[in-house]
Amino acid sequence: MAEPAHSDEPLLKTPLHAEHVALGARMVPFAGYDMPVQYPTGILTEHNWTREHAGLFDVSHMGQAFLVAEDKSHETVARALEALIPADVLNLKLNQQRYSQLLADDGGILDDLMVTRVGAPGHEGWLYLVVNASMKEQDYAHIQARLPTGVSLNRKDNLGLMALQGPSAEAVLTKLSPEAAGLSFMMSADVQIDGIWCHVSRSGYTGEDGFEISCKGEDAAKLWRALLADPEVKAIGLGARDSLRLEAGLCLYGHDIDTTTSPIEAGLIWSIQKRRREEGGFPGAARVQREIKDGASRVRVGIKPEGRAPAREGSVITTPDGREVGIVTSGGFGPTVNGPVAMGYVAKDVSAVGTDLHLIVRGKPLPAKVAAMPFAPHRYKR
Amino acid sequence: MTTRYTKDHEYIRVEGDAGIVGISDYAQGQLGDVVFVELPSVGKTLSKGDEAAVVESVKAASEVYAPVSGEVVEVNSELEASPGTVNEDPAGRGWFMKIRLTNESELDGLMTEEQYGEFVKSIS
Repeated sequence: MAEPAHSDEPLLKTPLHAEHVALGARMVPFAGYDMPVQYPTGILTEHNWTREHAGLFDVSHMGQAFLVAEDKSHETVARALEALIPADVLNLKLNQQRYSQLLADDGGILDDLMVTRVGAPGHEGWLYLVVNASMKEQDYAHIQARLPTGVSLNRKDNLGLMALQGPSAEAVLTKLSPEAAGLSFMMSADVQIDGIWCHVSRSGYTGEDGFEISCKGEDAAKLWRALLADPEVKAIGLGARDSLRLEAGLCLYGHDIDTTTSPIEAGLIWSIQKRRREEGGFPGAARVQREIKDGASRVRVGIKPEGRAPAREGSVITTPDGREVGIVTSGGFGPTVNGPVAMGYVAKDVSAVGTDLHLIVRGKPLPAKVAAMPFAPHRYKR
Repeated sequence: MTTRYTKDHEYIRVEGDAGIVGISDYAQGQLGDVVFVELPSVGKTLSKGDEAAVVESVKAASEVYAPVSGEVVEVNSELEASPGTVNEDPAGRGWFMKIRLTNESELDGLMTEEQYGEFVKSIS
C-alpha cells in the first residue's frame, strides 16, 4: 500500500486535498496521490487524540466500486465474487460488511478488501467493494477479467471516503445522524448528514470504534468540515493511521500480506467463514484448506522488542542462538504502548507467545519476544 | 564559540578543542516526534562523515553523521529516557554528543549559521 508514485506521473488529488493544505498538512506522495502524512501537531499527538477522542481520516484514495448483477439477484453477484475471495458473501445480510482478500490461484494475496451487501432499495444484487489505493487498477482488471456474463464492475472514482475513529466517534456522529451512530460493528446504512447523502459503516482500521463514510466527491469537503467542527474531532494523517493499525495488529497490504503470503499464514482464518473453509471454490482453496488442516510452516506474529529501539520492516528475526527464523514486515514505535512494536513472519516452531527472539537492527541483535496482538485492545462496538 | 552546520543538518558548537554535536531545528521539524536515540559509546573514534548516532521518529530511522573527526568524550544519556527533548530544544538540552576534534581545519568545510539559513531556505 505504501508504494511511492512513479516520479514522472502527476499526483492525483482526493476531493479533500484543499482541506489538508488549508490545515497545514505535510503532503507526501502515497499510492499515486498527494496525501497528508501529518498535520502541524504531529504523529504522536494525532495518534493519541484518536485513541482518546476522535480522529478524522481522508481515505478517498482507496478504490470504491460496485459489483452489479443484471438479474438483481444477490445470489448471482455473491457467487461471482465468491469465485475470487474466500469470504462467505452469499450469507451476508442486507447492509452487512465483511473483510476479505482477493486470492491468486496459488493462495497468495492479491489485495485485501471490504465487501458490503448494499441494502438500499432498488439496488438488489449490488455489492460495494473498497480496495487499496495502490492496488485498485490491478484489482479492477483482475475482477473484470473473471466476471461471468450478467455481472459487471462499476468503479466509482468520483466518491469521497473518510473515517471517523475513536471513543468519541459515536457521540460526534449522534449529533449529525442518530441512525448511523446506532449501527453495530460491520453494519452499514444510507443516511443524510447535513443534507448530504452518505453511506456509513461502523468499521475502520485503527482498532477503535468508529465509522467509514462515503459520499459524492463534490460533497466531501462540506461533510469533512461538519465533522471537524466538533471540538472532539481532529484531522489525522497517514503517519498516525499506520501506527494505529500496527498497534491494532491489522495487516497493511504490500507489507504484512502480499502475493507470497496466504491468508492462513497471515492469521486471517477468522475472515474465512466455515462454509467456505469446507466447500472451497475460491482461488488457492487447496492451499488454504491444507494449511488449515496441517498448519502453515510460518505464521504472522506480534513481536515486542524488549528495549526502546524500534525494529523496522525488513529486520531479520533469529533465535537467541542465531538461527534465522523470519522477517519483520511492519515495525515502529507504538505511542499507546509507549514503546516499540512490530509484526512479522516466523517459523511455526518459534511462534508461541512469549518465545524469545532476536531482531537484527543495524547489525546488532535486539532481544524481543513473540507477543499477543493486538498491542492496543480493540474497542469495536459489537 | 562558533557553530557550524553540515548539509545533513547536524550542528557542532565548538568551544576550545571540543564541540557539542546535535541536529538542527529544521531537522527535528522534518523528522517529527523523536521516539528513540541511539548514541555512540564514550571513547569511540569517529571520522568526519561516519555514522555517529541514530535518531528515530514514529515513521523512520535516520542517521546522524559526525560533522568532524574526533573522539566521543561525552554523550547526552538523558535522551534515552526523554528522546522528545530533541524536538523541544535541539540546540540546547537536545544535544547528542561531545567530540574532541582531531582536525580543526575540518570546520572550514562546514557552513556558518548564515550559510546554513540560506541552505535551508533553498531546500524548503
